[in-house]
Amino acid sequence: MREMDVAQVTEAIAKLVVDACTYLGDDVVAFFEEAIEREESETGRDILVQLLENANLARDSNRPLCQDTGLAVVFLEIGQDVHLVGGSLEEAVNEGVRKGYTEGYLRKSAVADPIGERKNTGDNTPAMLHTRIVPGDKVGVIVAPKGGGAENMSAIGMLKPAQGRQGAIDFIVDTVSKAGPNPCPPIIVGVGLGGTFEKAAYMAKHALLREVGSTNPDPRLAGLEDEIEGRCNDLGIGPAGLGGTVTVIDVFVEELPAHIASMPVAVNIQCHSARHKEAVL
Amino acid sequence: MDRVITTPLTDEVVASLHAGDRLLITGIIYTGRDAAHKRLVELIDKGEPLPIDLKGQIIYFVGPTPARPGEVIGSAGPTTSGRMDAYSPKLTALGLKGMIGKGSRNEAVKEALKRDKAVYLGATGGAGALLAQRIVSAKVVAYEDLGPEAIRELEVKDFPVVVINDMYGGDLYVEGRKKYERKGDS
Repeated sequence: MREMDVAQVTEAIAKLVVDACTYLGDDVVAFFEEAIEREESETGRDILVQLLENANLARDSNRPLCQDTGLAVVFLEIGQDVHLVGGSLEEAVNEGVRKGYTEGYLRKSAVADPIGERKNTGDNTPAMLHTRIVPGDKVGVIVAPKGGGAENMSAIGMLKPAQGRQGAIDFIVDTVSKAGPNPCPPIIVGVGLGGTFEKAAYMAKHALLREVGSTNPDPRLAGLEDEIEGRCNDLGIGPAGLGGTVTVIDVFVEELPAHIASMPVAVNIQCHSARHKEAVL
Repeated sequence: MDRVITTPLTDEVVASLHAGDRLLITGIIYTGRDAAHKRLVELIDKGEPLPIDLKGQIIYFVGPTPARPGEVIGSAGPTTSGRMDAYSPKLTALGLKGMIGKGSRNEAVKEALKRDKAVYLGATGGAGALLAQRIVSAKVVAYEDLGPEAIRELEVKDFPVVVINDMYGGDLYVEGRKKYERKGDS
């Protein structure tokens, strides 16, 4: 049994939140470069050039890519041969968020009493924490700051099984269509199919961590992703919603078996500031 | 070709703007988002004076990140404007001439733009580091307790925006999308 002090988790998260908010992934940058060549709208191309410049500027000047540095979504993949010591793991995660957002000059966007007073918690805690126990003696830490604009346009549908594949695609494309310019397109569309209500939403969120441009290993899902992407780009929303042919960066689908009576379809929308960083401890 | 305009906005300038026009704004603009709008409208409803004079002004929907030592402001891109829809018509009625944000406005706001001769402008969402460079100075002028949501007076130079909704009912989100929409084969 390997012993690990939870302070290591705090330090990792504090660094990862700042890195994620400052350095856009190479996969997304490569997408911007490729999309500039492909976008048919001149205004759309100009927006993509601005986004590329913004990514370079953020990296070179250590500024956040976007003022909405999000709620701190944290995924921990904890090896079952690790014994965590030195205090509460959950508190250690929150301490990492507190430290990263405060010392890194990131915006604190968490408010308590969401349907009432909406008072800022002051340090961007609590983290939106998901833990999973996995084989091994390592701890995987993934930090994915999530802005409000795109999160607000996400949706879940408890569809009827009779609606089938076409019904699921229509629901996903309709969600992107209704979102229009609001979630800062071009967007990544994370989809969770099946499972229960909460599992579908979790899969849609987790799907957003995949590398842009990667192919789903399941050919059935890869085909579905391509079809959804084509339909979404046909909507004409374009970069920043000003009209254009590039609406979607990528579509990622995760899937679980569902109840015989259910067909959950969750759609989590990610803005082009698709931020996530990870470390293995 | 981007057109340079200066604030405050006159009726003549507003009348010359059309959906799709690309502008560079120079001058003073004010920031405000959800919480500041709520307070402003509460004052209007009570018939009390506002902390800033809105006549001819532009409000930028933004909640910047904290400035690092030596910086004018942190990252400062637009937030989703729809959350201000419930408040904006009451502000244009008092002479507010422009709003900068991102995302669609509702019918009530579009009607208010026609009624009060005002415009809704879009800045590029998610380009917070880039847009912050066009902000020359920043100071809090009201509601300091709101932190990132306080009302700030910003001096901007060549701040890039696109006219989304003009005072004639033009809507770039609708028109731009229609132009590139493809129906059928899929």
